[in-house]
Amino acid sequence: YLDCLWAQIQKLKKDRWQERHILRPYIAFDSVLCEALQHNLPPFTPPGHMPDAQYPIPRVIFRMFDYTDAPEGPVMPGSHSVERFVIEENLHCIIKTHWRERKTCAAQLLSYPGKNKIPLNYHIVEVIFGELFQLPLPPHLDVMYTTLLIELCKLQPGSLPQVLAQATEMLYMRLDTMNTTCIDRFINWFSHHLSNFQFRWSWDDWADCLTMDLEKPKPKFVKEVLEKSMRLSYHQRIVDIVPPTFSALIPAEPIFSFKYGEETGSSLPGYPVSITVSNAIKNRASNEEILTILRDVPNPNQEDDDDEGESFNPLKIDVFLQTLLHLAAKSFSHSFSALGKFHEILKTLTESDDGKLHILKVVYEVWRNHPQMIAVLVDKMIRTQIVDCAAVANWLFSQDMAHEFTRLFTWEILHSTIRKMNKHVQKIQKELEESKDKLEKQQHKRRDSGDDEDMEKNSEEDEEGQLEEQIERLQEKVESAQSEQKNLFLVIFQRFIMLLTEHLVRCETGSVDISTPWYKNCVERLQQVFLMHHGTIQQYMGTLENLLFTAELDHHILAVYQQFCALQL
Amino acid sequence: MSAKLDALKSDSYTEISQYRDQHFKGNRYEQEKLLKQSNTLYVGNLSFYTTEEQVHELFSKCGDVKRIVIGLDKVKKTACGFCFVEYYTRGDAENAMRFVNGTRLDDRIIRTDWDAGFKEGRQYGRGKSGGQVRIKALISCALTF
Repeated sequence: YLDCLWAQIQKLKKDRWQERHILRPYIAFDSVLCEALQHNLPPFTPPGHMPDAQYPIPRVIFRMFDYTDAPEGPVMPGSHSVERFVIEENLHCIIKTHWRERKTCAAQLLSYPGKNKIPLNYHIVEVIFGELFQLPLPPHLDVMYTTLLIELCKLQPGSLPQVLAQATEMLYMRLDTMNTTCIDRFINWFSHHLSNFQFRWSWDDWADCLTMDLEKPKPKFVKEVLEKSMRLSYHQRIVDIVPPTFSALIPAEPIFSFKYGEETGSSLPGYPVSITVSNAIKNRASNEEILTILRDVPNPNQEDDDDEGESFNPLKIDVFLQTLLHLAAKSFSHSFSALGKFHEILKTLTESDDGKLHILKVVYEVWRNHPQMIAVLVDKMIRTQIVDCAAVANWLFSQDMAHEFTRLFTWEILHSTIRKMNKHVQKIQKELEESKDKLEKQQHKRRDSGDDEDMEKNSEEDEEGQLEEQIERLQEKVESAQSEQKNLFLVIFQRFIMLLTEHLVRCETGSVDISTPWYKNCVERLQQVFLMHHGTIQQYMGTLENLLFTAELDHHILAVYQQFCALQL
Repeated sequence: MSAKLDALKSDSYTEISQYRDQHFKGNRYEQEKLLKQSNTLYVGNLSFYTTEEQVHELFSKCGDVKRIVIGLDKVKKTACGFCFVEYYTRGDAENAMRFVNGTRLDDRIIRTDWDAGFKEGRQYGRGKSGGQVRIKALISCALTF
């Protein structure tokens, strides 16, 4: 971006600074200014490079349209012309100023001073998508852009929706080479946008995706859009809005899959206990009573003459959780209430790492047609410490979830998990800082107060002692949390490396091209983890380099790490 | 001059409205204080069929949602067109006021407003027949301030 801009500015200098878009109010006062006292500007030397200098993140130029896309009306300035940069910069400024008030923002964008000289709607749409797709993160919350575009459509109903449709079409055409993170944002934007316009879209225009392998970017995109659209409406609505030819892309009905139902499950080993537990829950049995009932569940992992059966029993978890979640399947609130009521039992069942992994497996099994429910349940279980973040990461990368590895919900859960971990560490660090500040203030107070009564001095010393203890405890808490955070990233990166290495080795031995849709997705998801959490990952770079991203790694994988380092974020 | 500059920082969508809960236990000052610190939003004009899942999906776009309480008809105990959405942080709730208020959910334009905080009982409609109080009654309340 800077390279191109610099080239354009140098060209502009050669053209004696003549262009048509920078507002030049001084021209109107030329006669006065010519006669006025002239001053010389002092020389300006930019500061040299310092080792701890922080630079803005590299940016690429984002151009969607050229003059052929806007055939009627004023001509669009060339992609690399300085006019294009100036207009883009001005529109960015308007958004930066007014993003909090979308009606004002839309009005200001549409009253851009030079609007009669340019196809303004195209510039606006391009700048907005440019921001939305910016890596690593958009300047503002994704949803801001959605509602801004809706306001713009309201103000220009005869022209802007068409430009937006054209843009959507162009983005769809480029899905094969679009960065996975950008595809995620495109999916979220498009489904949310459609939900504001009765899901009206010319789906038949995209019939080409129906003949492709469903893992290819285009059908995958449509599938994810329909799934997100369903979350904002309901299953039958989606069936109604797409042509019948699209039925393979319609999401599954988001209903519970109960293993221990009367018809299909009566022969299963856990069935009798499932009935007993179900009745116990309905009759408000105590936790002890239920745990007693669960002791009757045979353990497929164990010998008959083993101990009390306190060790990991996957069938016990399966029977209890399936039954409980089945009773609570009506809504999120019902399920949350169930997790809360039986928190003690769940904690007991998931004491071991195996237990934590298995509870996630069961949640997936019963709600595999309702990924939204899986996500909110996993969130709740982390927050109530039934599972920990590392367990969630291990589960998502496990063989059992391999077939869901390229689905959007998998990555939403992973990133949400990492964010929760980060917020947890930040919270304790903040508590520590606050305690330290408090102690400092106390110490200042004591020093300033000079000769006091012995009694007061003692109580002040007590308070300080308590604070010092608290600080020590919080220090330990911070270290423990950071250790957990580091471990989480180690688990995630390790799993990525294992999966990618496996794929590369398999392709090499089979003399097959490595560049499958799966591979592209996996590599870009690895990049996504680095980019989305670069602030936190910085602290652990040393460990990552020593333990994981070593020279022995396949160069394809190492390249991702090296590219990230080169960004110097 | 400074009035113009203030306009550049304008954030009117997050300001508290004229509505005050008549059943609030406390004076106007206390209620306003809570509204200005609140992480909870009242959401109105929902369809009677709008589900907790749909509300969660939409409002999650502004941040992690802590809790949703669907408003119920006091008599029928069925959804009656409003709900409460509580975020973990006020910043996320402010974003909902900026970006979700006035947009569509389940084809209806929904309205969000600050709420002093959910308390058991507030999920029930206070209208005569058990549903929500209708607009006419609200306007006459406003006129008596």
